Amino acid sequence: MKIIPTTVLCLSVAMPLLGAPSFQQRPVAAVQADPRVGLAPGFRDAGVAARNMELVINLPKPEGFYDPEAPAGRPRPPRDSPATPAAEPGEQAQAAAAPGEPAAAASPRPGSGLSFTNSDLAFSGEHLFMGNYHGFNIYSIEDAGRAELLASVVCPGGQGDLSVHGNLLFMSVQDTRARLDCGTQGVEEPVSAERFRGVRIFDISDLRNPLQVAAVQTCRGSHTHTLVVDPDDNDNVYVYGSGTGAIRSGDELAGCSGGDSEDDPDSDSEDDPEGAPDPDTALFSIDVIQVPLDAPEEARIVNRPRIFADPETGAISGLWQGGDHGRGTQSSRETRQCHDITAYPELGLAAGACSGNGILLDISDPVEPVRLDYVVDESFAFWHSATFSNDGTKIIFTDEWGGGSRPRCRATDPPTWGANAIFDIVGGKMRFRGYYKLPAPQTEQENCVAHNGSLIPVPGRDIMVQGWYQGGISVFDFTDSANPVEIAFFDRGPVDAADLISGGYWSAYWYNGYIYGAEIARGLDVFRLTPSEHLSQNEIDAASLALAEETNVQHQQRIIWPPSSVLARAYLDQLNRSNGIEAQRVGAVNEALGRADQLRSAAGDDAAVVAELEALAVELEGDAEEAIYHDVRHLQSLADTLRGIATMLR
Amino acid sequence: MISADTAVDLSRVQHTAADVRFMQGMIGHHAQALEMTALVPTRNKREDMRMLALRIELSQQDEIKMMERWLEVRGEEVPNVQHHHEPGATLMPGMLTAEEMSRLRDATRTTFDRLFLEFMVQHHEGALIMVDELLSTAGAGQESNISAFAADVVADQRAEMDRMGAMLNAMLEEQQR
Repeated sequence: MKIIPTTVLCLSVAMPLLGAPSFQQRPVAAVQADPRVGLAPGFRDAGVAARNMELVINLPKPEGFYDPEAPAGRPRPPRDSPATPAAEPGEQAQAAAAPGEPAAAASPRPGSGLSFTNSDLAFSGEHLFMGNYHGFNIYSIEDAGRAELLASVVCPGGQGDLSVHGNLLFMSVQDTRARLDCGTQGVEEPVSAERFRGVRIFDISDLRNPLQVAAVQTCRGSHTHTLVVDPDDNDNVYVYGSGTGAIRSGDELAGCSGGDSEDDPDSDSEDDPEGAPDPDTALFSIDVIQVPLDAPEEARIVNRPRIFADPETGAISGLWQGGDHGRGTQSSRETRQCHDITAYPELGLAAGACSGNGILLDISDPVEPVRLDYVVDESFAFWHSATFSNDGTKIIFTDEWGGGSRPRCRATDPPTWGANAIFDIVGGKMRFRGYYKLPAPQTEQENCVAHNGSLIPVPGRDIMVQGWYQGGISVFDFTDSANPVEIAFFDRGPVDAADLISGGYWSAYWYNGYIYGAEIARGLDVFRLTPSEHLSQNEIDAASLALAEETNVQHQQRIIWPPSSVLARAYLDQLNRSNGIEAQRVGAVNEALGRADQLRSAAGDDAAVVAELEALAVELEGDAEEAIYHDVRHLQSLADTLRGIATMLR
Repeated sequence: MISADTAVDLSRVQHTAADVRFMQGMIGHHAQALEMTALVPTRNKREDMRMLALRIELSQQDEIKMMERWLEVRGEEVPNVQHHHEPGATLMPGMLTAEEMSRLRDATRTTFDRLFLEFMVQHHEGALIMVDELLSTAGAGQESNISAFAADVVADQRAEMDRMGAMLNAMLEEQQR
C-alpha cells in the first residue's frame, strides 16, 4: 500500500476535458440490485453484505496494535466538529472547556495513520502469521472457527510483509523509523547504525518467543519480499526483496547510491538527455538474498540483477519510462523497481509486478533471474502483484491505482482501471485476455482498489479470492480468462460515515479449507464458502482436501488433489453444470463411487468395483474425445480420478 | 515482554517541526505549479502540452488535499495556497520568482512552451531538494505516512521531469530544423 495517489488521472475530471472515449458504465439496475451498495458505516457495527460465503469469526486487533484512544485510527477531535457526539467523554470535556475555540486549540491527536495497519498473511501448519506496520501477530488456527492469538511481536517498520519457511519467518521493513533492535522510539539521526531497512529473519522454533536471528540491510528497504525455494538447492532458500522507498545514504549502508538526491540538479539536459542513471544505482533492480538454512544468520545479498535492462543497448532502465499511452489512457509509473514478485519455482518462473510493467522471469537459477517477456497496459497506473493459475498457463496482474489509500471503486471510476488484468502465457509470452474489477461500486469514504489474493484450489477450475480494501472480498472464476465471473463476496460499509479512514482487506487468502482476511483496521476475519449455483458443496469439499503444509501466497506451489470420491463428484458437478455428460453416465459413476465408498468401511468384492471404475474411466475418455471446451478436461480428470480410486482399492 | 502501553507509545516517532515545515512549504510549492498549469489552455493548443498540464494539475491538487489534511488532523496551521504571494514570504527551492512568473505569463506560443517546461523542471527539482533536506534533518521523516509521501514525491516528480526533459529536447530539435 502506498500513501498517496499521484500522477494518476481522475477520470471524472479528465474525460470531458480530453474528449476521450467514454467508458462503459455499469447498468443502473445491476448497481441498485447489488446488496453491497448503501451499507451502513461503522467501525464495529458497519452494515454487512455477503453472498456464497460467511464470516465464521472476527478477532479484533490485539492490544499493542491499535491506539486505545482511537481504535479505528480516526483522527480526533475532528477539526470542524469539536463537540462531536462520537468523542470520548474526556474529549468532550476538553472541547466544552474551550467554547468558541477552534478545534485545533484542543491539542488534537493525529490518529495513528498507517502506524498500526494490518498487512500480509503467511501460513504454516496450524498457524497463521499476520503482518502489521507495527510488528506481527501469530494465531493458532488449529480450529479455524476458534482461532486464537498465540503471540504478539512489536517490531515497527512497515509494511511487515511476511513469509514462513520451516522455523524461519521473514519480514519486510522499509520505514526510516525502523530500528535494528525493534524499538518503538524511532531513529533520530539521518545516518545511523541503529536504523534497519531490509528483511528481518526470525527463528520461530518457539512460537511464543520468536528471536531475530538475522537482519539483512538493503538500500531502499523492503516494501515486499518473495520467498524462493529452489527445488535443486537443499542448503539455501532465497528471498527476492523489492524496495520502493528512498535510497539511503552510502554513509549509512555501503554500496547504496543513485538516490535522486545525489543527482546533480544542475546537470545540463543536453549532456544528459535521457537522465541516464548512475550505473551503480539501487534503482532498476531487486535484492536477491541467499539464506543458508543451517546458518540463517549468514543471510546476505548475493545479487542485484538488472531485470529491466534493454538487451540491445544494455541500458539498465530499459522498460516503461513513465507516462500515458495515448489519449484517454492511464498514466503508468516508470519501471524503476518491482512492487511485488510471485515465484513458481516448480515451473522455473516468476511474475514481477514492476510499477510500469508486468514481467515474466526465468528463475531456474534463482540467483540470476532472466527476463523472458514484459507487457504494458494502457489502463494500469501501478503494477502491484501477480498470481499464476495452478497449471501456469495464466497470470493475473493487479493494478493499485491510487496506492490503496484512495477510493477507486466509485461508480464513476472506469471498470478497467484499478482492476486485475488477466493474461494467458502462450509460447513463453504473455497475451492479454481480459479485466476483472470488483463489480459493486463503493463510496468516497472507502479506500478501494485491486489488492492481494490467492487461488482457491477448486479442481478443474481457476478461482481466486481477493481483497479489495474497503471494497471487501470478491471470489471470481477466471477459467475463461477473457470472461471472469464473480461467484461470492463479502463487504462491510465504510469505517467512517464522513471521512476516509484507511481500512478493509489488505489480503484475502485461502488456506486449508477457509478464507482468511487481514482487515487493516478490524482485525482477522475467517470465512467459509457456502454452496451455490456457481460452486457445489463437492467442489468446496474437494478444494478443502488439497492441503498445504505451508502457504506463502507469492511463492506458489503446485496444488495436487489426491484421488477420492469427493474429487470425482466435484468433476461430475462441473460436467452437469455445463451439460457436458449424459445423465446415464452420471448415474453409473455415482453408483460406482457409492460402492467404492462402502468398500472402505466394510468388506466387499473389491475386484468387481475396481473393474467397474476402470471400465467407466475408459468410457469417459471416449466421451472426452467427443466433448468440447472445458468438458474435455473435466471428463479426462474424472477418468483419471476413477483410475486413482481403483488403484487405491487394489 | 513489553506492556501494551509501551507498545503503542508512538510519542518518539510523531511528526516533528521539520515535517510540518516540509508539508506547509510543499503546499505553497504545489500551489504555484497550479498557477503555472492554469496558463496553458489560453496560450497553447498543443495536445501534449495540455495533457501534461492536466496531469500535473490533478496530481498536485490531490497531494495538496492530502497535505492539508495531514496538517489539519495534527492541529498545525494549514497555509493559504496564496501565502507565497505575500510580501516577504520565503520561496521554497525551485519556485519561480515574481519576475519569472510574469515572464511566463507574458510569453506566447513556442516561447511559452519552452519557458513552461524549463520552469516546471526547475520547480520539480526544488521538490527533490526539499525532500533531501527533510531526510537529512535529525528526527524528521519518521512517521510512516510522511516517509512514504516523501518517497512518492521523489518518484513522481522525477518521472515528470524526465518526460518534460524529453519534450523540451524534441521541441529544440523541431525549432532547429
